[in-house]
Amino acid sequence: MNCLIIDDESAARAIVEQLCKNEGSLQVIEQFSNAIQAIKYLNQNEIDLIFLDIHMPDFTGFDLIQTLKNPPRIILTTSDEKFAIDAFEYDCIVDYLVKPITLPRFIKAVEKAKKFKFNTAQNASPSNGEAKEEDKQLYINIDRRLIKIEIPSINVVEAKGDYILIKTQDKNYTVHSTLKKIEEKLPNDLFLKVHRSYIINLKRIVDIEDNSVLIEKDVIPVSRSNRSELMKRLNLL
Amino acid sequence: MNLEQPNLNYIKELSGGDVDFEQKMLSILKNELPTEIEVYEKNIENQDFKKVAEIVHKIKHKISILGLPKSHEFAVQFENELRNENMQKHESFLKLLKLMSNFLDKV
Repeated sequence: MNCLIIDDESAARAIVEQLCKNEGSLQVIEQFSNAIQAIKYLNQNEIDLIFLDIHMPDFTGFDLIQTLKNPPRIILTTSDEKFAIDAFEYDCIVDYLVKPITLPRFIKAVEKAKKFKFNTAQNASPSNGEAKEEDKQLYINIDRRLIKIEIPSINVVEAKGDYILIKTQDKNYTVHSTLKKIEEKLPNDLFLKVHRSYIINLKRIVDIEDNSVLIEKDVIPVSRSNRSELMKRLNLL
Repeated sequence: MNLEQPNLNYIKELSGGDVDFEQKMLSILKNELPTEIEVYEKNIENQDFKKVAEIVHKIKHKISILGLPKSHEFAVQFENELRNENMQKHESFLKLLKLMSNFLDKV
C-alpha cells in the first residue's frame, strides 16, 4: 500500500515514517506539513492510505477530509482523544491513533486498513445519513488558503472577468473562477442564474421589479430569457 | 510529575537500532524545543491564552516522545485550562520545559 503522511509537526512525521518502515508493507510516497499542499497532491494522485493529523493550524484534518470527493482510507493521528467520536462520522476513517503511537498499535491499524472496505461511493459522507454537511459548504482558494463558506450564506455570485465575486451575508470574496464552475457546485433548488453575470440565492430575494431583483441591498439585473424561470420558482399568490 | 525523568526509551523502541532515526529525532527535538519555549514565554508575556494553548499543544507530543506520561497528562490539563483563560499551571509547565531542555542538552 502506498501512503501519505500529513502532520504539521516534523517529529510526528518522522515517527510515522519510521513506524511505516518497521511495519514493512507500506510505502511512504509523500509527506506534507499542511493540508492545502496535500489537497493539491491528492487531487492529482491516487493514494491508498493517509496518516492524517487532526489538529493543524488553519485547516484541520476533518476540513481536509471534507474537501476530498473520494477520500482514500484514512488513519487519524492525534494527541487528543476527544475527537474520537467525530471520527466515526466518516466512512473513510479506518482507525484513530493517539500519540505517542506504539508499533503494535500501529500494525493493528494498518491491518484494519488492509481489510477495510468502503460502505458507499460517497466516502466522505457522515455515516449517520443525516444531511450531508459537505453539501452545505464550499471551499474557495484565496492566496493559497482554502476558505470554507457555508453555501446557504451566499447571497449573490457575480462574474467579473476571470474572477467571480461571492457575496455572503458576512463578507465578500473574490475568487479566480467562473460562474459556470460555481453554478455546478450550488444546489439548484436554492440558486438561480438570472443573468449571464449573476447567480442569486432565491431565499434572499427582497423584491422583484420588471428586469431586476433586490437581494438584500443589491439590485441584480434579470435578463429577459431568465425571467420566466425566476417567476416559476417563486411562490406566487 | 516531578518524579519523572526524560528518557529515550520511546525513541529507541521505535528505532530498533536504527541510529539514523535516533539522530534525526534528537536533532528535531534539539532544534525545535528552544524555539517553542521562546514562543511559549512570549505568548505568556502577552497573556495570549489562545496562542499559549496552541504552543502547549505542539510541545505536548514532545513530552510524550521523551517518555513523560504524567507530565503529558499535566500538559493536557494545562492546555484545557488555557482555553478557559487559566494559566495557573504556567510555573510548573516552565519547570517541565527546562527539565526537557536540560536533558536534550546532555544527550
